Amino acid sequence: MPAYFSDDQFRVVEAICARLIPTDDDPGATEAGVAHYIDGLLGAFTFDPPRIWAGGAFSGRFGGSPGFASFHRLAPLDELAWRTRIEGSLGMPEREWNGPVEGLQEKYAAGLDELGADFADVGAQEQDRRLRQQREFTQLVYEHACEGMYGPPEYGGNRKCVGWSYIDFAGDVQPRGYSDDEVSQP
Amino acid sequence: MTARDFDAVIVGSGPGGSTAADVLTAAGWSVVIFEKGRNHLIDTEDPSRLATDFSNDEIKFMTRHFLGPDPLLEPRTFRTSQDDGDRLLIGEVNTVPSTVGGGGTHADGKVPRFREDDFRLLSEQGPVDGATVADWPLSYVDLEPAYAEAERLIGVAGEAGANPFAAPRSGPYPMPPGAPMYGALVTSAAAEKHGWHPYPAPTAVNSVPYDGRPACNNCGFCAFFGCPIHAKGDPVASLRRALMSGRAELRAETFVSRICVSNGRATGVEYIGRDGVTRTQQAAHVILAAGGLETPRLLLLSEFEHPLIGRNLMFHFQTYVLGVMPMRIHGHKGRSVTHVHDDFIVPDPESMAAARDCGLPWFKGGMVEHAGAAHPLQEAKLAPWGEGHKDAMRASMMREHLWGFCMQGEDLPQLTNRVDLDPSVRDVRGFPAMRVTYRPHIHEQVASAHYAAKMEACLLTAGAKQAFIATSPGLIGPIPISRHVAGTTRMGRDPATSVCDEWGRVHAVPNVVVADSSVFPTGAGYGPTLTLVALAIRNMTAIASQRGG
Repeated sequence: MPAYFSDDQFRVVEAICARLIPTDDDPGATEAGVAHYIDGLLGAFTFDPPRIWAGGAFSGRFGGSPGFASFHRLAPLDELAWRTRIEGSLGMPEREWNGPVEGLQEKYAAGLDELGADFADVGAQEQDRRLRQQREFTQLVYEHACEGMYGPPEYGGNRKCVGWSYIDFAGDVQPRGYSDDEVSQP
Repeated sequence: MTARDFDAVIVGSGPGGSTAADVLTAAGWSVVIFEKGRNHLIDTEDPSRLATDFSNDEIKFMTRHFLGPDPLLEPRTFRTSQDDGDRLLIGEVNTVPSTVGGGGTHADGKVPRFREDDFRLLSEQGPVDGATVADWPLSYVDLEPAYAEAERLIGVAGEAGANPFAAPRSGPYPMPPGAPMYGALVTSAAAEKHGWHPYPAPTAVNSVPYDGRPACNNCGFCAFFGCPIHAKGDPVASLRRALMSGRAELRAETFVSRICVSNGRATGVEYIGRDGVTRTQQAAHVILAAGGLETPRLLLLSEFEHPLIGRNLMFHFQTYVLGVMPMRIHGHKGRSVTHVHDDFIVPDPESMAAARDCGLPWFKGGMVEHAGAAHPLQEAKLAPWGEGHKDAMRASMMREHLWGFCMQGEDLPQLTNRVDLDPSVRDVRGFPAMRVTYRPHIHEQVASAHYAAKMEACLLTAGAKQAFIATSPGLIGPIPISRHVAGTTRMGRDPATSVCDEWGRVHAVPNVVVADSSVFPTGAGYGPTLTLVALAIRNMTAIASQRGG
């Protein structure tokens, strides 16, 4: 169940991500659940605390008690900033101290529209053609897809750390760290 | 709401403000520290406990502004000169953190001292057309005891005697250097073949347990990340000590909007707290440690009138020379930078000839960091999307193979490079945003080109298949990505040509004292942190003793 997107929108986002970071012999965006990451960003305020900043100091993957899953509470100004960034200023004076701000939700709604409701059902070549045509939106989704592929799994993507394992990256290694030899030797 | 008065209000909790709080509370003063950012550093209920908010998290630190400033809340504007009109852009301009601990939280902790020559650049090298080269009103010898104290307080790892260009030291570093990075060993060997003198970077990161904090475990999330285990000592060590004295209070998410002045004396500050309400805090002294950009902004918001406030803004002119190494260099493991060399800081006959060829009397480069490293998310955003994406990520040209040099080139002060108040852009609280007007002097560009060619040759010696050169500002855009900022409330003996005196006191309002890199008359080719901490130790000690006597 997506937290923010409609089921139809979610299918399109999944299809986009599958073209941006494809599956080959190694897992891609689909296996990493990248669309869930994006859904979690756009729907961050459906969670309490909002899913903006994962906690610390450790994830538990390399020892220590797992703190990443407990997201930080936001200070009032940070909530204002992130609501404005995600939802847009929506004509509210308290969000428009420097004028209107277009939110990520608005950018996604418009971008998904442009790509077409049938995007998930057309062939890969046609999908790529449309993505190249919507350059700005594709770039936005690509940046988010990278975050969902290579960021900590607590944000909803990088499931089972597949984004890290296929590139041979250990991830958040605290509190174990690396030995001096691992740092200094070839 | 002003239940009590303090001996001092300190604006900013970075390395300068934390040091000021530490020194003043040790001298018996009561202080309140105002910080506009959040507190993720220290447990104010029990300052002996360090917070657990920092983590190995690229999303939080590299894309979601966890350390601030959030460009929506605190936009800044930029232009290269008046010819650009009011501004070229609005948004992120210099992202030195806006958080408790300031720039100390995101730095990888390289803390070199300046050299003797850096305190008398005008006398040593002479003037340069279009630049306001100056001597400092104090010498290296004056500052040496405070440098030694600063290294002891924040805990610096290094090797005395390893750098032939270093100024004399009164003693060894408090800790030995930490584990050298593999890439740094490769480029250091090549640099020695070129006749240079690489040495272990003086680093405020514990190599052994120190001051109740653990040794660094090489996690690699160092530059631009807060340290999850607080192996970085700056400024946790000084802030914690100040709070544990019982004479310091820390108020985060509190923006100081005005210094109140009456009859040539500051009486306190106006501030806006977390609840959005404006209040006044009275104090006998106001210590400004908001950094090279926010300190002049606050003086301008307070209608201080000296014509040099905000001028002579300096960054570092960064020259990147990067090579694609055949071996896996794993630059994401370790302290981000473990080796540096200073060979390009001292003019020599060859550089003097190159300067004359370009119409300059001389030029200087800066400290060269041996560096590489990027984490996967940074690498991915530069990789292509589609079929090529995963091959690019598996080959990992950046994270696993990119290594080279970053020179922190000296940036000469110029009157036209400045911070002022943007005529129409506002921050979230409705105050004018800061506007940076900056364009490098030809000095920086000539020095960069001269040394870049040498660094490129060295990388080929080190085995790079290819090497390329980039500068900032320059190829990456007109905004300097250097977070080092200085010069905007220059100190000196003559009130006509300086904003502050040699103790950091604003000439016109002497109980307002600047305790950050804003006072630097010149910027040197080294990061500013240890020097500003040493100045804060020296100046606050003097100010506290005058009051006591």
